[in-house]
Amino acid sequence: MTTYVGEAVDRVDGTAKTTGGARFSAEYPYPDLAHAALVHATVARGRITRLDTTAAEAVPGVIAVLTHRNAPPLKPAPRVTPLNLATLASGTSVNYLNTDEVHWNGQPVAVVVAESPEAAQEAAHLVEVAYAHLPATVDFAAAEPDAKPQKSNLIMSGGAVKGDPEAALAAAPVALDLRYTTPPHHHNAIEPHATTAHWADGRLTLHDGAQNIYWTRDHLAMRFGIPKDDIRVLSPFVGGAFGGKTMVWPGTILAAMAAKATGRPVRLMLTREGVYRTVGGRTPSTQRVAVGADESGRMTALIHTSVTLTGRVGGGPEQVTSQTRHLYDAAAIRVQQNLVELDVLSNTVMRAPGESIGTFALEATVDELAYRLGVDPIELRARNEPARNPMDGKAFAHRKLRECFEQGAKEFGWAGRNPEPRSTRDGRWLVGTGVAAAYHPSWQFPANVTVRLSADGTALVRCGFHEMGMGGATAQAQIAADALGLPVEAVTVEYGDTRLPTGPGAGGSAQTASVAAALVAACEKLTRLARALARRTPGAAGASYPEILRLAGRDSIEARVGSDTRLGTAVGQLRFAGKLMSDRRRWVKAACGAQFCEVRVDADTGEVRVTRWLGVFDVGRVINAKTAASQLRGGIVMGIGMALAEETLVDPRTGRIMNASLSEYHVPVHADVPAIEIRYLDDPDPTMPLGLIGVGEVSITGVAGAIANAVFHATGRRIRDLPITLDKLL
Amino acid sequence: MKDFAYLSAPDVPTALQAIARPGARFLGGGTNLVDLMRQNIERPDTVIDITRLPLDRVEELPGGGLRVGALVRNSHLAAHRAVRERYPMLAQAILAGASGQLRNMATVGGNLLQRTRCAYFTDLSAGCNKRQPGSGCDAVGGFNRNAAVLGASASCVATHPSDMCVALAALDAVVELESVRGVRRVPLTGFHRLPGDTPQVETEIAADELITAVELPALPVAAASRYRKIRDRASYAFALVSVAAAMHARDGVITDIRLALGGVATRPWRAHQAERELLGAPATEESFRRAAEAELAAAVPQSQNGFKIELAQRAITATLRQLLTEGGAA
Repeated sequence: MTTYVGEAVDRVDGTAKTTGGARFSAEYPYPDLAHAALVHATVARGRITRLDTTAAEAVPGVIAVLTHRNAPPLKPAPRVTPLNLATLASGTSVNYLNTDEVHWNGQPVAVVVAESPEAAQEAAHLVEVAYAHLPATVDFAAAEPDAKPQKSNLIMSGGAVKGDPEAALAAAPVALDLRYTTPPHHHNAIEPHATTAHWADGRLTLHDGAQNIYWTRDHLAMRFGIPKDDIRVLSPFVGGAFGGKTMVWPGTILAAMAAKATGRPVRLMLTREGVYRTVGGRTPSTQRVAVGADESGRMTALIHTSVTLTGRVGGGPEQVTSQTRHLYDAAAIRVQQNLVELDVLSNTVMRAPGESIGTFALEATVDELAYRLGVDPIELRARNEPARNPMDGKAFAHRKLRECFEQGAKEFGWAGRNPEPRSTRDGRWLVGTGVAAAYHPSWQFPANVTVRLSADGTALVRCGFHEMGMGGATAQAQIAADALGLPVEAVTVEYGDTRLPTGPGAGGSAQTASVAAALVAACEKLTRLARALARRTPGAAGASYPEILRLAGRDSIEARVGSDTRLGTAVGQLRFAGKLMSDRRRWVKAACGAQFCEVRVDADTGEVRVTRWLGVFDVGRVINAKTAASQLRGGIVMGIGMALAEETLVDPRTGRIMNASLSEYHVPVHADVPAIEIRYLDDPDPTMPLGLIGVGEVSITGVAGAIANAVFHATGRRIRDLPITLDKLL
Repeated sequence: MKDFAYLSAPDVPTALQAIARPGARFLGGGTNLVDLMRQNIERPDTVIDITRLPLDRVEELPGGGLRVGALVRNSHLAAHRAVRERYPMLAQAILAGASGQLRNMATVGGNLLQRTRCAYFTDLSAGCNKRQPGSGCDAVGGFNRNAAVLGASASCVATHPSDMCVALAALDAVVELESVRGVRRVPLTGFHRLPGDTPQVETEIAADELITAVELPALPVAAASRYRKIRDRASYAFALVSVAAAMHARDGVITDIRLALGGVATRPWRAHQAERELLGAPATEESFRRAAEAELAAAVPQSQNGFKIELAQRAITATLRQLLTEGGAA
């Protein structure tokens, strides 16, 4: 029975957030709270040769200035091992304030602790540091030709080949071989990263905006050499993250270190500039997409290669070519990702890492092929729609891409479109429309959950998952309410606390499905318990679950899925790995969609405005119509930024980010975003819990491709380098 | 932020006395100064709050001009009926800048003294002759997509960021300055200096002077005028190119013209060369284009901003075309 699942239920934390009642990590009061500020290195690579903290220490209110000379020891960042996924959490491998080495322009080289944030900031400004420069490679464009092929691992394959695509390309009657570039991006969550750290009796309490509180806990335990049970991480509200709060970045560690060194609770809220300097962003990329087709438009060759960067001190590959393994039924396919190491801050995950920029290059190429062939771009995609995964013949768990395009074409009014570039003009505006496919693999992670049902008719769901604004607690309350036959208001969901049963990280668009799987199982256990109780209780037959408890004289009953003991965790991870492997052997699972847009380009100045948007998505079953649509809409807004404006400017001479502010890094403003229509098929994926596929990332994919295609339709110009700024259209 | 003394001046004489203190700065809306203080680009010892001074009125001048007090808020000036009727380009220019919240705070006097948004000016680790004379200009050979193509020098290529000042340059506005030594008037077009080899000296204002008003002379041609701003997103971005234009044509011949450019020059740029070309010329697309080319003939691009030359020419042409076909906009 579903009463709430699928409905547009108001978010459970809406009132708290709109009234200021929701407390974020920088808002926890402690008596005796001290404030910290960072000093950032100004060279890309070097050694500290001189460090003078005299002036900083003289600022009234300064408690301590921590540098590599006096900071408490920190254990090195752990080596990555598949036996402990928390080892993946190191933002960088640098041993902050335990070394005189500088590995990126912006690395923290000192932390000031003071009685006020103002005093801390002022003292941070007065710390004098001189460096001996060491040779540094910071220019991605210059280093990119020296990239090395990415090695494959369990999580990500670096490359794959089917047939002989280069030969097929050379032989193809119609062929394109194109190069694309995308710049670095930053997440720009509205809440800057913030940590409040408090030590008592050797135990650490940490309020930290995080996407994986267990990774944060385990990582800090390794760095400070204490048992992980001595650390409690609380993160009930996170003001946006988009991947930027997945890893443990220096601010979190240094807040804990500063609190330890001073014996005071310490709050470290990064400045906006501090976020750019100490939290990684999306890698830049260069991409080659080549496609060959016969005259009917059937693809005979498809090649997609990429180069992305990692920091020499951390970061990882990005699955830029992922969607190209799944979207088109080409006879021969090659994908290969390549990497170059630079002396810059580690790259990190950012909304749809890989597919967001990979779909730009692929979908722009497909559009170009459609024009070359004189075939409608949607028709061309239909002609190349695979029945099975093109790379290896695996079954699709749920493949409704064609349906998305068909519904979208109908609602957008695609039929009868004049494909001729520059064919539509409205006053000074050249008008164009474009489409692109959206694609994002779906994941599922282990989750432990307890559900307690009380005789007063309420239920408590406990799971340490994360709420960064997407509505996770609301969705889980809906699921529990349906499973237990309760009103949704009667369900309380606790999350964002490492004392709770271990929840999944918020990543890979997997959190809702991961928690739902465990929650549904826990609710089934609970209702079995309740029915068993009913059988032993006179008069309880046919009673509601709370009524059964009352008749049986029980205050509450509880069910648990998963165990947080060491053994339980190991068994859980093993079971998860087993299921993941068997799932991956059987199916290719993904969310997908069709993006439709209209743009207007000023005929004189090249200014681009997006004026219409329709996204039709297959995300399986939707739990909350309102929050799901909002998340899908948010991804499109972010994609519009990526397409038209966003670019982190890294000075190729110094490796320094030169637009570390929201006034100079251009995210879309309201005036850049049209009304966005969202549709979803609401067709459950039978292989996923409750049939749901994640909605967090798929909608940013395809956006830049659709816009680039619409810009071509409007102007006749193919722009293959993001962002599509007006100077490229003059 | 460095600790500073704060005092609030009740009247102009008190403010003019107080500015004699070493390291003293006037504080208007604070929309630029406070940001720069947070970034340690500005580190005043004393901040003199002038927002209580009686300089917040827009007054009629004999003959149809306006006298705008230096503390009139940008939003107030943009909404002022006389401004919208007589100088629509000015209202448009103000509304094209910043955000509603910033315009509610920002003052007319402060807007004249805005500092550049060149990335190297606001990064203390970079070389910038404007911030630290003699430290070089890292924008040359660096990120200079936003830099100036007109009026730049070897020592500085930073643009003046104001939208409002572009309209004021076109409107023959006059800046009124007061100090203990008296009152003087400087035309807006002479108020901002070219960088030369002293880019740290940005205006004609002396260290002890206070902007008290901006005067707008009666200018009938301005009643049909436009401000066109071209930028990287639809709102809340500085101009790549902007054009303030007023034009009058009779029998197809241009009889009066005011033209100024923003985003392309080291100061609000009055397009004298283009005006000379246009006055008496036929009001046609060819004239507009020729005048635009003449104005930009002296332009010198940096490594990333060459597009501004073509963009400015197109923007001038498009704005004049729009004035001709659609008239001014209020």
